[in-house]
Amino acid sequence: MNTPFIAAGLMLLTGVATAQERPQLTVMTYDSFVSDWGPGPAIEEAFEANCNCDLTFIAAGDGAALLARLRLEGVRTKADVVLGLDTNLTAAASETGLFALHGREDEGFDLPVIWDDPMFLPYDWGYFAFVHDKTTLPEPPASFAELAASDLKIVIQDPRSSTPGLGLLLWVEAAHGPGAAGIWAGLADNLLTVTKGWSEAYGLFLEGEADMVLSYTTSPAYHLIAEDDDSKAAAAFAEGHYLQIEVAGIIASSNQPALADAFLDFMLSNDFQAIIPTNNWMYPARTPEGGLPAGFETLITPEIALLYPAHEAVAARDRALDTWLDALSR
Amino acid sequence: MARRAQPLGLATGIAAAGLVLCVAFGTLGAVALRAEGMARLGPADWAALRFTLFQALLSAGLSVALAVPLARALARRQFPGRAALVTLLGAPFILPVIVAVLGLLAVFGRNGLVSTVLGWAGLPPVHIYGLHGVVLAHLFFNLPLATRLLLQGWLAIPAEHFRLGASLGFSARDTAQLLERPMLRAAMPGAFLVIFLICTTSFAVALTLGGGPRATTVELAIYQAFRFDFDLGKAALLAMLQFAIGGVAAALALRFTVPAAAGAGMGHPQRIWGAGSGALRAQDAAVILLATLFLITPLATVLLRGAPNLLTLPVPILIATLRSLAVALCSAALTLSLALPLSALINALPRRQSRLVEALAYLSIAASPLVVGTGLFILLFPVTDPVALALPVTALVNAVMALPFALRAIAPAHARAEADFGRLADSLSLTGFARLRLLILPRLRRPLGFAAGLSAALSMGDLGVVALFADQSHATLPLQLYRLMAGYRMDQAAAAGLLLLICSLALFWVFDRGGRLDADA
Repeated sequence: MNTPFIAAGLMLLTGVATAQERPQLTVMTYDSFVSDWGPGPAIEEAFEANCNCDLTFIAAGDGAALLARLRLEGVRTKADVVLGLDTNLTAAASETGLFALHGREDEGFDLPVIWDDPMFLPYDWGYFAFVHDKTTLPEPPASFAELAASDLKIVIQDPRSSTPGLGLLLWVEAAHGPGAAGIWAGLADNLLTVTKGWSEAYGLFLEGEADMVLSYTTSPAYHLIAEDDDSKAAAAFAEGHYLQIEVAGIIASSNQPALADAFLDFMLSNDFQAIIPTNNWMYPARTPEGGLPAGFETLITPEIALLYPAHEAVAARDRALDTWLDALSR
Repeated sequence: MARRAQPLGLATGIAAAGLVLCVAFGTLGAVALRAEGMARLGPADWAALRFTLFQALLSAGLSVALAVPLARALARRQFPGRAALVTLLGAPFILPVIVAVLGLLAVFGRNGLVSTVLGWAGLPPVHIYGLHGVVLAHLFFNLPLATRLLLQGWLAIPAEHFRLGASLGFSARDTAQLLERPMLRAAMPGAFLVIFLICTTSFAVALTLGGGPRATTVELAIYQAFRFDFDLGKAALLAMLQFAIGGVAAALALRFTVPAAAGAGMGHPQRIWGAGSGALRAQDAAVILLATLFLITPLATVLLRGAPNLLTLPVPILIATLRSLAVALCSAALTLSLALPLSALINALPRRQSRLVEALAYLSIAASPLVVGTGLFILLFPVTDPVALALPVTALVNAVMALPFALRAIAPAHARAEADFGRLADSLSLTGFARLRLLILPRLRRPLGFAAGLSAALSMGDLGVVALFADQSHATLPLQLYRLMAGYRMDQAAAAGLLLLICSLALFWVFDRGGRLDADA
């Protein structure tokens, strides 16, 4: 007389078993990637359509917080793939010994630099730039020196708590080397304030507090494409612009190495790359077949791309932070 | 006097204290144990410490000093909208930092209201960024809190005392000297301490309004140690330094606190007598008006900025709102179930020990949120999936963080209830839960309502540890607000900020109102 219950129980068990049979891939990434307004949901759907697997994102702050989280978790991490580090972090990330080599040769990236890292593969990139409103500032400064000489107010992010903030420090350091301290001394009176993160700074700029904000050359594309507002632009600087290249790597101890590898293939595929421009508002690492979305052609394209190689980035970072603190704490 | 049968066993109180210690100090220990090697503090860290102390002293001192006339004016005046104003006073404190900062800047910023008005007069815009900006922002956050804490003190003076004073022909000065000053002497050090501790952990506010790296606080140095250098030892050391500052401040503040010496009253609603002169009326009106303008204008800008998109907020925001409401309610319940036994413990122990317990509870405000979150992660990760526990852990941490405010409101009233009616209850052999139900809870309705409301509202608006743990399926409203901003959706973020403000205020109002029902009867 218990048959129906047993049958129900068996069905339940088999149901569970089927769910468990579908392999699970865990991708650890930064918070704005998994957000409902980021690329995460679309990417999850596109990958799950073909992988016969269950893709789960776990999120941690931004790139630097992501690396810290991974270091806390160590070899016991549940992550199979870590997505969202940048070239300032890859040296420290590879030192953790947690990552495997990706084993790929030239993938034909559309990057301003040559990519030959054996451990990490790029999925998108962008240039740091100062964004302004063309209606209130029709002729923006064209270099750090011009910006310093102007009476424009800028808002930047603190390099100790923000990725773009650190990018600016490396930008000035890479462009001016020993002259970086002088540039910062000149910028001191232009600096309206320093914020904890990108959102605060960009919010202040949009509320009209500052004339320019440190962001990306691709930021105006958001306003143009999503809001139909062409008033925002990035100022092209003569010394060139610092690059941010965002990368992903496979965790060596992953129990789903094949699936993780398939995810990297997917990451470089058209499906993934086409989601990036209008969801992460960065340039895709490989231009998708249909090209970039309409509107991206209006963005400035710097002639000089600045970037410290991963192994130099840490030393440059510490030097640049000292210079910055020294120049602005006086 | 208080070492008699307590309704809640001391064991419950000790367990509650243990839990608080675990969250505040256990997490710090967990971070320190994971560290490799000893950390040392550099000159930049000492500079951060000096700035932290200086701005916190200034902010707390000014908040409490300005709260005295405001709380007095609110205590002795009845006017239409007073209840609404008192509720709104809770608002700045419970706003997420970013919403409050944008609201403040809409008034005092370069492009703000004040600068616009100055511009009409041909004057340059105000420059808010600097130490004065930090203090102004901390005043905005904490003046209302200080006012609420002191107002509790005023309302705790039995109405009979004021009536007696009036029948003896007390002038306003006599009332101040004989009734109000002893109360302030008892209430001000605690209020100062609480606000000082809040200001020591300030980071985003201090940095944004401080105008640059000179406004580096210890909390920012902890951030740097954690994410820039991954130096857990240094992060733990800095967090310890933060506790040390808090510990010294707590020792000093509690040393200066004397227990309120007022005798028993019948718990009648209050009416302060002898404050009817025209000059005093004008003074009170001016104080209330100025404070209201200062506190309400930035909130009004939050309202105006958020209103256009409020009704078109996307579904994920609404789901996150429900999630946040649930966390807030759990957090409020947890706060009360920690605060009541702790308050009983404080009242039962000899003075020296009770102060120690009180000080430890206060110190949880000085805990670095980043270190608490990281410590919890280190503790939970080996045994379970921290992500799955994101919401319960957030509720717990929020409850512990709200505990000092709850204790501040509950413990003195609890002591008074025991002092005034304890002997009667003893003579009736009223013990255990009967004593709690019949004696303590009815006497504590007002502070309990306040504490629950504050805890729920704080929890609603706090980004908290969920930011370190959460994935897609556990996002709270504050986290979604930040995600909207990170996705360039500033207009929707403003609307989410307004929704958050409405929810926080509603939570606070419902609980606080519930607590005050008897007083209005």
